[in-house]
Amino acid sequence: MQPMLEIHDLHANADGREILRGVDLVVHVGEVHAIMGPNGSGKSTLAQVLAGHPGYTVTQGFVRYEGQDLLDMDPEERAQAGLFLAFQYPVAIRGVTNAYFLRAALNAIRKTRGEPELDPIDFLQVLEEKLQAIGWDDSVVNRPVNDGFSGGEKKRNEILQMAVLEPKLAVLDETDSGLDIDALKTVAEAVNRLRSPSKATVVVTHYQRLLNYIIPDFVHVLVDGRIARSGGKALALELEEKGYDWVKPEPAVA
Amino acid sequence: MTHAVDARDRYVAEFRRFAENGAGAGPGWLKELRQAGIERFAAVGFPTTRQEEWRFTDIAPLTQTPFTLPTAPDTEASPEMVERVLDGPTGARLVFVDGGFRPELSVATGLPSGVKLGSLGDAVRRDGDLLAAHLGRYASVERNPFTALSAAFLREGAFVHVTRGVSVEQPIHLLFLASGAAQGRMIHPRNLIVLEREAQATVVETYAAEDAGPHLTNAVTEFAVEDGARGRHVRIQREGDGAFHMATSQSHQGKDTSFSSCSLAFGAGLSRHDVTAVLAGTGGLLLLNGLSVLAGRQHVDYHTTIDHARPHCESHELFNGILAERARGVFNGRIIVRPGAQQTDSKQTNNNVLLSEAARADSQPQLEIYADDVKCTHGATIGPLDPNALFYLETRGVGAEAARQLMTYGFAADIVSRIDVPEVRERLDRLVRAT
Repeated sequence: MQPMLEIHDLHANADGREILRGVDLVVHVGEVHAIMGPNGSGKSTLAQVLAGHPGYTVTQGFVRYEGQDLLDMDPEERAQAGLFLAFQYPVAIRGVTNAYFLRAALNAIRKTRGEPELDPIDFLQVLEEKLQAIGWDDSVVNRPVNDGFSGGEKKRNEILQMAVLEPKLAVLDETDSGLDIDALKTVAEAVNRLRSPSKATVVVTHYQRLLNYIIPDFVHVLVDGRIARSGGKALALELEEKGYDWVKPEPAVA
Repeated sequence: MTHAVDARDRYVAEFRRFAENGAGAGPGWLKELRQAGIERFAAVGFPTTRQEEWRFTDIAPLTQTPFTLPTAPDTEASPEMVERVLDGPTGARLVFVDGGFRPELSVATGLPSGVKLGSLGDAVRRDGDLLAAHLGRYASVERNPFTALSAAFLREGAFVHVTRGVSVEQPIHLLFLASGAAQGRMIHPRNLIVLEREAQATVVETYAAEDAGPHLTNAVTEFAVEDGARGRHVRIQREGDGAFHMATSQSHQGKDTSFSSCSLAFGAGLSRHDVTAVLAGTGGLLLLNGLSVLAGRQHVDYHTTIDHARPHCESHELFNGILAERARGVFNGRIIVRPGAQQTDSKQTNNNVLLSEAARADSQPQLEIYADDVKCTHGATIGPLDPNALFYLETRGVGAEAARQLMTYGFAADIVSRIDVPEVRERLDRLVRAT
């Protein structure tokens, strides 16, 4: 079976500094992968490179998404093709309400799927269904996107966007950071409800805690820009116990 | 300098004709006000960029154009044009075309008793005492050379008077249209709005032109908000690119009042708007917002002054500028906290987004605080659209160009969404979406 996502020997720079140094990763449909690793190991860079952030330069390797050259696509083309990144630090859009923004985004994606655009009334119905599906109220819907939101509200808002846009591949970048345990459970529960055999999820996290709620099929440990170890969900527990030093890669041969 | 002197002489000569041909007729108090206006103007003349207050705004193109007062009344304006500009039906409205009052396009019915709504020209005859008590008291002839000219050529405009305790629910629209016949003319609309104690009203001023050539609009609006009254004011400037638009808005608030004012500039080639709000009683609340959306070579200069004259008042000021192509925006925000105005709470923010390399914005806060127990904050930003936000939108499937449009719209909606008159807010929302 063709993998949904295939990352091969990916190297990427930011400001001339190499951050990713040969990442290999294969994700099949229906799978949940966790990417763990110490601070500065390149986890967020990997997520941003997948989404197409212009601040990173890929110097080597390739990424295929459903057989297409992902790195050749603009960020909006990647989103239209079903890739979604839940940001570690969601950005505020002054003056644009969540509802207006989500409709613009959903219609942009529907257009590329050849589906008709939704008018505001139809859209509100979709939004209502999605809120119900993830068990949330509509308190953030008519506020400007992430503007003045608490940390928890921002993370929840990322998950709401994911629910509305229905991506095939969701990359969650440190979605657990800054959440208290109740908020963490709510967010994890919403992610679980959106899981489906026709989709895949990549969860990027520093802490094992989130993986108590979102159970991964595979766990990878990223250290110094490379995947140093891969395993099943037991690996996360082992990391929790032994810390990241345990998987530090062997020093490069001079 | 020669140009400036020539221009001054030209305006003084135009005033002489105005005073002698019958147009400048009126009661003694009005003649005195006009005389005080022209004398003040003759003494100070037009400002130059050598004056601090006018450092960023060169009005030489205005002073070098020989504008004259309109003569024959225009006949071009139609009810359709009025509807088009107002973007939908309204209740009460006064319509002025090229400075002249047009009763057949105006609607002054449906208002509660205790409300006077009519042209200033009529009010001079009917309500002389009220006018004499207020006109020029707030926007005095010393305010700036253009308030002096406004007093000198004072003849027509809108008069709104709401009696004590009366509340007007529907917004009152004042529409000032420039027609094709306005070319080469100068128009000095003068508006007076008085809300007596505990009265409540919303006034929406719109200045618009359809296919009008270069002309000068010099509009002055005085807004008196007496003790316990609540006023809302929206001012929309959509003149043609060839227009010069000079404006002064001045509000004066009594004790325990609330006043919200939002000023939006979309049009005119060169515009300058001096907004002065005086909190003259304790417990006053002021919301002063503004938006400029400019392109081409348009220039807007907002000079705002919030005068905290008494203690326990609160003011919130937010001005956003959207500048495309070679447009230029100037914001000068002065906040005065007078001696004894303790417990003042004042916040000023000015944000400018530059949509091209050639666009420019200048922002200057000017805080003058003479009391020691106050809270005053100010902040300003000038820059392109946030690239992180653009990327964020792109990752949601919104194309780069659509993302820029969405963010630009949001920058305008940030101001428009604060207008708490739903009907007016929705119309402006449509307007900024189309801009």
